[in-house]
Amino acid sequence: MSDALSTALPPVKRRNAELVMLLISIGITLFAMIEASLTRNGEMPPNLFLYGGLFGGLTLLAHVFIRFFAPYADPLLLPLATLLNGLGIAMLWRLFEATGSTDNGSAMDQLILTAGSLVVFAAIVYFLKEPRVLQRYPYLTALCAVFLLLLPLIPGLGMTINGARQWINLGVTSLQPSEFAKIALVVFLSGYMVTKRDVLSLVSKPVKIGPIKVLELPRMRDLAPMAVMWGFCIIVLVILMNDLGTSLLLFGTFLAMIYVATQRSSWIILGLSAFFGACALLYPFVPHFRTRVVTWLDAFSPEVFCTDEVIANNTDAFCVQAGQTSQQLVQGLFAMGEGGILGAGLGGGKPGHVPEVQNDFIFSAFGEELGLTGLMVMLFALALLAERGMRIALASRELFVKMFASGISFLIAFQSFVVIGGVTRVIPMTGATIPFVAKGGSALLSSWIMLALLVRMSNNARKPAPVAIQDEGATQVISR
Amino acid sequence: MNKPIRRLAVFSLALFGVLLLNTTWIQAFQAEWLREHEFNRRDVAERTSLPRGPIVVGNEQIATSTFVEEEEYYQRDYPQGELYAHPVGVFNPMGNFGIEQTHNSYLNGSDESLMVRNFLDMLTGTDPQGASVVLTLDPAAQQAALDGLKANATNGRGAAVAIDPETGAILAAASIPTYDPNSVADLSDVNTSVENWNALADNENQPLLNRVLNERYPPGSTFKIVTAAAALENGHTIESTIDAPASIPLGGSSLPNAFGGPCNGGAPDSIAHSIEISCNTSMANWAIELGADAMHEQASAFGFNSGPMEIPLPVTESLAPLEPDDNLRAQMGIGQGKIEATPLQMAMVAAGVANDGTVMQPYLVQEILGPDMSEIESTTPEVFSEAISADTAEQLTEAMILVTEGDEGSGTSGAIPGIQVAGKTGTAEVGDGDTHNWFISFAPADDPQVAVAVVIERGNASGGVLAAPVAKAIMEAVINE
Repeated sequence: MSDALSTALPPVKRRNAELVMLLISIGITLFAMIEASLTRNGEMPPNLFLYGGLFGGLTLLAHVFIRFFAPYADPLLLPLATLLNGLGIAMLWRLFEATGSTDNGSAMDQLILTAGSLVVFAAIVYFLKEPRVLQRYPYLTALCAVFLLLLPLIPGLGMTINGARQWINLGVTSLQPSEFAKIALVVFLSGYMVTKRDVLSLVSKPVKIGPIKVLELPRMRDLAPMAVMWGFCIIVLVILMNDLGTSLLLFGTFLAMIYVATQRSSWIILGLSAFFGACALLYPFVPHFRTRVVTWLDAFSPEVFCTDEVIANNTDAFCVQAGQTSQQLVQGLFAMGEGGILGAGLGGGKPGHVPEVQNDFIFSAFGEELGLTGLMVMLFALALLAERGMRIALASRELFVKMFASGISFLIAFQSFVVIGGVTRVIPMTGATIPFVAKGGSALLSSWIMLALLVRMSNNARKPAPVAIQDEGATQVISR
Repeated sequence: MNKPIRRLAVFSLALFGVLLLNTTWIQAFQAEWLREHEFNRRDVAERTSLPRGPIVVGNEQIATSTFVEEEEYYQRDYPQGELYAHPVGVFNPMGNFGIEQTHNSYLNGSDESLMVRNFLDMLTGTDPQGASVVLTLDPAAQQAALDGLKANATNGRGAAVAIDPETGAILAAASIPTYDPNSVADLSDVNTSVENWNALADNENQPLLNRVLNERYPPGSTFKIVTAAAALENGHTIESTIDAPASIPLGGSSLPNAFGGPCNGGAPDSIAHSIEISCNTSMANWAIELGADAMHEQASAFGFNSGPMEIPLPVTESLAPLEPDDNLRAQMGIGQGKIEATPLQMAMVAAGVANDGTVMQPYLVQEILGPDMSEIESTTPEVFSEAISADTAEQLTEAMILVTEGDEGSGTSGAIPGIQVAGKTGTAEVGDGDTHNWFISFAPADDPQVAVAVVIERGNASGGVLAAPVAKAIMEAVINE
């Protein structure tokens, strides 16, 4: 099958399909709240109409907005995001409102943040008619990304939460600038790589062992962007800010994008060796990094889990020294084990056993109450979202948009992997948020920004090419 | 540029594939391990946060759940204390034991058969409730068994079990030493409960051991019923005779009669008379005469060698191995040597004879009732085996009546005035000079309502003296109701 055949999407709008799926997503959210409320308190949620009206109304407005301003957008994007966001709100409602304690968070806050995010979503879809304009200022965006990433290091402004210095204090609220930095970075990389693509992909220096060529390496001077990226991820993020999640996320996205631009596996081999090499070198010297690895590998050892007995008898235990235990990870796994295949039902579990369950570990709360079945739905929704994004990249015609859409899509996929993999002990826990689901304004807003970009790019990729107006003779058609 | 994008798309999908596989691994395969992990304290809170259904004997709840307002948990209580400790078990911080364990899913309401009910409860807003488990035990018989054991067991160890021969329902199952489950189930003072439990577990008299089901003893002369059954099933009658001298030579040593002297004045003795006076030499000769296969088959037909059983409490297998050596098989013919039986097994032998040769599958749970007292499950009696023919059973019954009523009967203290009792005594040598004292019986002989096995561990007297009175008390308790 030729490229053109397999990637060209038919110019159909499918807005009614989107509406039906959106209504289903809203319905699932409300049913989830009702189930949680009936199970926990034996009554209907007291402010169901408020939540239903606000959440349903706002997402339906977003749908109407898309109908007018991006009518050819992929119909799956909004319903999937709504489902994930709605499940997040329902779970937060079950964790906080339904138990009557909203000190650590509340679904109402999340709902208000969703409303704000939807406004930004609409603004981006409306104003950013052609995403390629972002290509114009690659270095400005890069500066912007670096500035955002470094913001938390400013004394007085930066805040350390749960060991990671990735927050800034704005008085009324706190912000996690890295959530926006990663989008700015994808913008920069897309622009940069489109211009440098030929140099990065064609010029090479073969590495030979005897007469056999084993690898084609890029020239030293072309390695500069990789070196900068690597240095930044390792030195600033890992050492200074203890923000392993963002570091992993940014470097992974960087490698994916350089691969898309150049199609050269030598970049990936080089990049991974540099990253893991640095990790191995740093391992003995950076205690908080070591702590993460030990709590990951030895999570079930009493010394690391820190049972009462160990604490009572042993001041040298790992967790006493490191100030961190594997309790959260292990409790999360216990919660998932408790849920089994079908789960305890929303409201039927005991997610309170998992510390800080409203953040990354909201995944294990879903695991406990919705079981493997529910988690599969969530994973499929995230995977579908990422894959639909990749489809946009395939269908787009401009190189920048191709880079940008695949970068954003990979960001969504990789971020899900880093968080959920950390919670389920595939990789060390790093601290990041599941797109759309987890509590937090910055994460939610950045997720909706990414969705707005995808919606816009997908509309532009799928809309029919303008038809030349024959009456006017040889007038050239310009699409803007 | 589409090729690398496709590859990236496949890679992204692979990342989700890893997450899906790992989540499946955790929630489908590792779940059990996680739930039972020692760090996992969820179930302690979980277990006590809902009321458990009661365990019922007769019309009385012998295990109940009470809500403790201040601490918000349900305390499990055992109003009858030590009486039902062994069969019922206990629900405590260390885990579940006995029926509390085997029927946990019913008692805590999580069983699949309760799912519809739980769902309806959820809809109507009522708290889910556990089911009631009704046991087959007879309160009077159980009390008689425990009292009898305590009064007769000279060193405080023994077991007694009673079965309804027609159904296999277990009417009494007592084991001493016993313990008070309340002392190890108190959740208001978990530390003391744990200490008490550990003390019981370490006690050399093994109070936690259910001797009825899980301890094997040489059955001694009570096994002669099996030997006699083998003879009758192989063409002989209760009047058939065999040499019965004062002692018979066994390899280097000899096997004498317990009372010294021959069984029938030196003449060959009949099976009936040999059972009445508990003659060793004749029964040993029968075992030699019948051969290894016949002995092994007959014992197996009564339930020996059939592997572990569940009633639903686990029952240890009783052993009667194939023994080709005549000398060793002579020992087995009188219930010594390699023969090892649980008290329940010997009660099954008595019950098989009582029930015209048909051994019924023993069971402890009569039925399971939902919170609204509707029946969820009920046990239907099942045939365990056709151990002997009805004719053999009748002849054996006649011989066993002589044990309690005959002029030379060895178990006359098991007789009940006005009711014919069929019985058999046993005094099994342990090897260090001590003896276990047995009595198995059933009554009334013409219409059996109860079959019993009693063992007094190292009682060092005869079965007729120590065990028969306990059996008598249990049988009276059942029959007089």
